[in-house]
Amino acid sequence: MNVKLRVWRQKNNDTEGSFADYEAKDLNPNMSFLEMLDVVNEDLTNSGGDPIAFAHDCREGICGTCSCMIDGKAHGPETGVATCQTYMRSFKDGDTITVEPFKAAAFPIIKDLVSDRQAFDKIQQAGGFISVRTGAAPDANAIPIGKDVADLAMDAASCIGCGACVAACKNSSAMLFVAAKAGQLNLLPQGQPEKDSRVLNMVASMDEAGFGNCTNQYECSAACPKLISEEFISKLNRDYMVASVKTLFKAKAL
Amino acid sequence: MNILHVLFKTSIGKKVVMAVTGLILVGFVIGHLVGNLQIFLPPDKINAYAHFLQGLGGALWIVRLVLLVTLVLHVYVSIQLVLENRAARGGEFYADQKTLKASYASRTMKYSGPIVFFFILYHLLHFTVRADFAGAVVPETTLADGTHVHDIHSMMVLAFQNIWVSLAYIVSIGLLSLHLSHGFSSLFQSIGLRTRAWSDFLSKVAVVVSILYFLGNVAIPVGVLSGAVKVQNPDVKLAPTCAAGCEICPLATALAANQSEN
Amino acid sequence: MILDSKIPEGPLVEKWKNHIAHGKLVNPANKRKYEIIIVGSGLAGASAAATLGELGYNVKCFSFHDSPRRAHSIAAQGGINAAKNYQNDGDSVYRLFYDTIKGGDYRSREANVYRLAEVSENIIDQCAAQGVPFAREYGGTLSNRSFGGAQVSRTFYARGQTGQQLLLGAYSSLSRQIGLGTVEMFCNQEMLELVIVDGEAKGIITRNVNTGEVQRHSAHAVVLGTGGYGNVFNLSTYARNSNATAAWRAYRKGATFANPCYTQIHPTCIPVSGDYQSKLTLMSESLRNDGRIWAPKKVGDKRQPNEIPEDERDYYLERKYPSFGNLAPRDISSRAAKEACDEGRGVGETGLGVYLDFSDAIERLGEDTIRERYGNLFDIYKEITNESAYETPMRIYPAVHYTMGGLWVDYNLMSNLPGLFVMGEANFSDHGANRLGASALMQGLADGYFVLPYTIPHYLADVPRDPAPSIDLPEFLEAENEVKERTNKLLTNNGTQSVKSFHKRLGEIMWDHCGMSRTKEGLEKAIELIPQLRAEFWKDVRVPGEGKELNQALEQAGRVIDFMELGELMCRDALAREESCGGHFRSEHQHPDGEARRDDEKFAHVAAWEFKGESEMPERHVEPLIYEETKFTTRSYK
Repeated sequence: MNVKLRVWRQKNNDTEGSFADYEAKDLNPNMSFLEMLDVVNEDLTNSGGDPIAFAHDCREGICGTCSCMIDGKAHGPETGVATCQTYMRSFKDGDTITVEPFKAAAFPIIKDLVSDRQAFDKIQQAGGFISVRTGAAPDANAIPIGKDVADLAMDAASCIGCGACVAACKNSSAMLFVAAKAGQLNLLPQGQPEKDSRVLNMVASMDEAGFGNCTNQYECSAACPKLISEEFISKLNRDYMVASVKTLFKAKAL
Repeated sequence: MNILHVLFKTSIGKKVVMAVTGLILVGFVIGHLVGNLQIFLPPDKINAYAHFLQGLGGALWIVRLVLLVTLVLHVYVSIQLVLENRAARGGEFYADQKTLKASYASRTMKYSGPIVFFFILYHLLHFTVRADFAGAVVPETTLADGTHVHDIHSMMVLAFQNIWVSLAYIVSIGLLSLHLSHGFSSLFQSIGLRTRAWSDFLSKVAVVVSILYFLGNVAIPVGVLSGAVKVQNPDVKLAPTCAAGCEICPLATALAANQSEN
Repeated sequence: MILDSKIPEGPLVEKWKNHIAHGKLVNPANKRKYEIIIVGSGLAGASAAATLGELGYNVKCFSFHDSPRRAHSIAAQGGINAAKNYQNDGDSVYRLFYDTIKGGDYRSREANVYRLAEVSENIIDQCAAQGVPFAREYGGTLSNRSFGGAQVSRTFYARGQTGQQLLLGAYSSLSRQIGLGTVEMFCNQEMLELVIVDGEAKGIITRNVNTGEVQRHSAHAVVLGTGGYGNVFNLSTYARNSNATAAWRAYRKGATFANPCYTQIHPTCIPVSGDYQSKLTLMSESLRNDGRIWAPKKVGDKRQPNEIPEDERDYYLERKYPSFGNLAPRDISSRAAKEACDEGRGVGETGLGVYLDFSDAIERLGEDTIRERYGNLFDIYKEITNESAYETPMRIYPAVHYTMGGLWVDYNLMSNLPGLFVMGEANFSDHGANRLGASALMQGLADGYFVLPYTIPHYLADVPRDPAPSIDLPEFLEAENEVKERTNKLLTNNGTQSVKSFHKRLGEIMWDHCGMSRTKEGLEKAIELIPQLRAEFWKDVRVPGEGKELNQALEQAGRVIDFMELGELMCRDALAREESCGGHFRSEHQHPDGEARRDDEKFAHVAAWEFKGESEMPERHVEPLIYEETKFTTRSYK
């Protein structure tokens, strides 16, 4: 099969970007989308051009590095998969495919299809953890956790940190990411002592990074390669307000 | 942490402000509709109801103030959110972004909102301000118990007899209903009460409530235009400053129309 | 060179405890005076950085990824072993130790493996406390599954994403330390050179992959947790960016590289579908519980699998290994598949594949049961191949999956270069010639959380508490220049062939001659071919783009150079090891029935190679393996 590509090319965040057209010929429908880009890049390299920079690593949908907006949808036309798990058979022979990076003010473009998602790390550093010293943990079975809670926490924990939620959101909100990270820990008994400070700090960090606000459209959840439910956003909202109100009235040690 | 900071400076706080003010406004518009539907009853009912409300005095002003503050907050925070969201997008938009799940209503909130806001201003000037401050142009009547009151019934009928006024109301109410169909379920999400267990049900409830709200409101102009509801006050006549056939203001035109029918 | 493993005295079960009890310490107030560079942020790197930061050291952690969380540890599926005996099925530290030694085909250090088994329990406790959502029973206790090479259920898991969850756990601890300021994180920084000052590792040279800026960083000790080198084969289950450059640069600066030939080839991967293939995807070993592996009996049989009658199918594992059948260990199953394909009986377009057939199981148990057990795997298979394994057999083929070899380290995880420590897959120490399933995660976290933090003070305690060496020392400038020159050379080479094409050719040489079964002739041929390829690379490679911005071809070029050199060393090691053991099978050394023949007399040792110069033969050093606790036995799965 053959496809035409309209690819976003941008030297860096300080320069203007624009679309460039390429043709990808003699493709096997069983190729992954990224393998198709590999082929285009080989041709570009061989013909003296500058290959398209795109983020990728594990190519099995778990590392969260790949991040293409394909035909206006984060990670491409299929549901519940990352860009690297999108195959050319999802497109038709002769299609024109538009490829763009994930865009948001908090995700500056590094080059072409690569954007910088380190704002996510900052949010994690603000509270996405349970403070436990190495070696200070009690026996793993000392704290029983019901299967339903563990399973729900696992649903949240399956976030791969790719940023599709931000890319798909018309407001570039990172709520689904923050909700998944905070939600996982807030569900578990181990996460209770820091539950309030966790949400307050993570949301503050999210706001500071310049992400937008959630307008409850749930595009994030629909674009998420792990289909993480917007229910966690609801939980984040609840945990956040409870924490805010509790902070007002809670007695504090001297 | 300062609660005002939480509510007005944090992303989730602002959403909560939107949700809570939204909930108050939803409650108000539904109550308001129920009150207005009394137009289908004998005129004394709605006139007495209006008289009762006007007689609340200070309490009425407190309610009005609360509603005003609520509305102002709802609008103010929404403007903040829209601006922040635009900034968060960084001015970069995709060539052709697909919509995956977002409802039409949710995507048009920022358009339906301002239109409804201007409609509210118009509506207040149209009825509330007129009834309160320009009493002279509102017809009067006497209830069964002899109380002399504003004839709100006739005022409404006269207003809606103007097809343009009715259309403006129907369109605006349509947008408000659309606004509610997202807002009503969305507010539960913002305050953290929407869960997967009942989210589908909640969305349906929101749609049903919005449709009922729309139909209820539309029934009034339709009732008037179809002639089912008419001015029943024999004393209604042109206001002294109005001349028959004058088309400067809708009320006068309607008065004229009504009189010629009588 | 004498490779002193520094294994503590005393009985096996006491060694680690004694070592801790009598080891040197760094006073809490002095810890902050020591700077430690950690390269890599996978399970080993992140856990070590978090723990050392928490202890009070000044830690600088480097990753070439945009976030520490992207390290390839994240892709591990199955689980992590621990001798918790929560199942009450007779597990113990000793049993985990024994299984690991035996699984490693008696080519690992007893003391290291015993320590690994000992700390395995702490790992599970630590991870659970971090909020890792391990699978649970209804009563709230942890659930276990069984894995290959063990007769007990000791594998802890989090759906099919155990590696992800453990890494995110370590990453959360690391994030906390970054937030507290005890760890400084350097993302997008690829280590391109190790700096040696007075014979000790004191710094690294990095290149910022986004800006091209080359930086010098110094410290009192350098720790590598940079993963394995399976991408030497080009096609593997590794992430595309996994590379051996950090380890290889250390090797070139004098660190010895141990047992490079030990590579694990996983039998159940989705076969290559075409020339464009960039990556191989693993299908969990658990599929072999219900799937039957076969190939057509007839050579070149191109019929659809469903058209091949039962009596024309060869269920070769069941035929060759009647008692273990389809559950024969990884190395054995992989070789058997290769044999069938070499005979021309392979299936699929490329002829490199065999069938993994579920029709019997579906008939016996019903499709629903199979869906319940393997539904997600069948989905992955369908996603990649567009075929439904419920209707037609899966096609599978072995693929490179893990490398047991790595930089040589002593019991303290320190290489022969003082001040250079190596953890996780990047070192050679714990898996011998073959790694058991669910042991890689265990080792990475053991090294980072519970071993290195106890052993690094043994070195640091003797390092003067002066500031780390100045980055303006000639050693740093020289190393920086080396990096700049290499980068420049690549960018200005202006040849005609892409980096990728060289990587592909290297992969083919390695797979053909140093893959699942190796011969003297093949290895000698590879040793001849690889330097030719390298020469051609330097003559004709074309690296497009500039050095001052994100340039993925440039990054890849640097890695491929190192892969080429490492590939040659792997072949040399494989050639020198005249025996078959675990992930190293020499066709000359097999029993008449085709089973691997170990030579414990001559080869019960670690072979560590020392770099002697660009065009010199590397020198092979030997560390004998002494088995005090276990006896050599031959693995048999008939």
